[in-house]
Amino acid sequence: MSRLLIEASTPLCLLQDAGRFGVRHLGVTQGGALDWVSMSWANWLLGNALDAPVVEITLGGFTVQAEEYCLLALAGADLGAYIDERAISPGRSFILQKGQRLRFTQPFNGARAYLAAPGGFDAPQVLGSCATVVREALGGVDGFGTPLAEGTRLAYSGVGGAMKVLNAPDLPAKAPLEVIVGAQIGQFSGQSLFDAFNTDWALDSRADRMGMRLLGTPLQYQGPSLISEGIPLGAIQVPPDGQPIVLLNDRQTIGGYPRLGALTPLALARLAQCLPGEKVRLAPVVQETAHRQHVDFLQRFSEG
Amino acid sequence: MKPRIEVVAIDCLMVRLFDVIAEANMPWMLAATQRLREEFGAALVDLVPSYTTLMVHYDLTALTPAQARALIGQALTDLQPQAQGSGQCHVLPVWYDLSVGPELSLLSQRSGLSVEDVIRRHSAHEYQVFALGFAPGFAFMGLVDEILATPRLNTPRKRVAAGSVGIAERQTAAYPVVSPGGWNLIGRTPAKLFDRERDGYSLMQPGDTVRFEAVGHAEFINLGGDDTPLEAQA
Repeated sequence: MSRLLIEASTPLCLLQDAGRFGVRHLGVTQGGALDWVSMSWANWLLGNALDAPVVEITLGGFTVQAEEYCLLALAGADLGAYIDERAISPGRSFILQKGQRLRFTQPFNGARAYLAAPGGFDAPQVLGSCATVVREALGGVDGFGTPLAEGTRLAYSGVGGAMKVLNAPDLPAKAPLEVIVGAQIGQFSGQSLFDAFNTDWALDSRADRMGMRLLGTPLQYQGPSLISEGIPLGAIQVPPDGQPIVLLNDRQTIGGYPRLGALTPLALARLAQCLPGEKVRLAPVVQETAHRQHVDFLQRFSEG
Repeated sequence: MKPRIEVVAIDCLMVRLFDVIAEANMPWMLAATQRLREEFGAALVDLVPSYTTLMVHYDLTALTPAQARALIGQALTDLQPQAQGSGQCHVLPVWYDLSVGPELSLLSQRSGLSVEDVIRRHSAHEYQVFALGFAPGFAFMGLVDEILATPRLNTPRKRVAAGSVGIAERQTAAYPVVSPGGWNLIGRTPAKLFDRERDGYSLMQPGDTVRFEAVGHAEFINLGGDDTPLEAQA
């Protein structure tokens, strides 16, 4: 077993995997890495299962010291990472010798970095996942939803692992975020539909793992009030103030606000790398097209 | 019943079975749930029931949207409502008291009933579990006697004790864990509503039925209840 001692952390540094499934009818949220693409690449770099437990580091402020020789991999945002005094960029696996420190300083490109270890970091499976959901007290290293904290140890039991490098860091181009339009789309005003897909949306600072608010021209829903129903990942719900909220991994499982549609998983991965104040555009896409693009994209992980 | 299938996400379809909330929906919802689970098998990621709808989240590496629609169509063909009582029936002991259920007096005022009658009406009905949500194990139950229907508090409480039993409009629920909340509180149950060590995790599952049973303070404590008044916990 190899160990890392956490010397600095924030409430935004969490153990994650792909999330918790098969229990949403019990009111249990999904959880899991917000940028699933970068999580997958971090694991791919070591030859892991793509959903093996990783550390999701949001914005920086995270430092670990190796207590033994460790093999690790990093993908996702450039959060100004250093091994001791040497800068290290995401998209590669690397060795941390005993006593060496890996620290994340501040966001230079993107918002979330993913740290992987051979076989994934050790954590108890709670309701089938180690995804940390603080609100539900589920997952994480202790199993009770505690964020990674100074003084905690991260361990992994896998041995060896591939040493791969990603050629192009897979960080998003500034393309519009694709939205699968939902059944209530016809009940927004015509002007609102134009605004939704033809104007800039700024990311509000009121953002967390439950949802991100988009600021722009308020959208007008003209339909009847709705009975609460299941909410999919990426749903863009429009509360009465007209400012849309993209619902993310830790969202509530049911809700009754009208929805414009839902972002595609690839769009969600890109959104997860955006900082407050950044501007995004939305673009409609049909389910079949999005499905084909997604399945094609997954091929990338089986190459190399 | 004429089900509609709507696109909600890349890998989710909404099956809309009804347009209004009714207890009579539940035998159909249970039947559709069972058939959908059988039809999708391992390709089903999650099935989220809620009052009038079932959201089907399937594995998009296993099925195309068209295949998923076809499976839903097959599952709903010749659907027959499940016999009443196919869900479990739970009896939840509740200590109805102003110290843990401060809105007992509000409900009494609004309805013109005595506090005793408010309690009697709330505990007389066998409720349906329409959906779970808000928090793990939080069951939305109904329908509450119309005379007790009361809108949510204008300002939600920052902290509602675990086990608190409340009413919002014609629904009733019990809070599994301490959380913020805006329901009108009328009592507290000692029952453990969500337990990660229990098979099935949640005491109540969608489609179950629930009866509340008034218990005195001594029995509430005996059953493991925490009688700390709401204000003292703030």
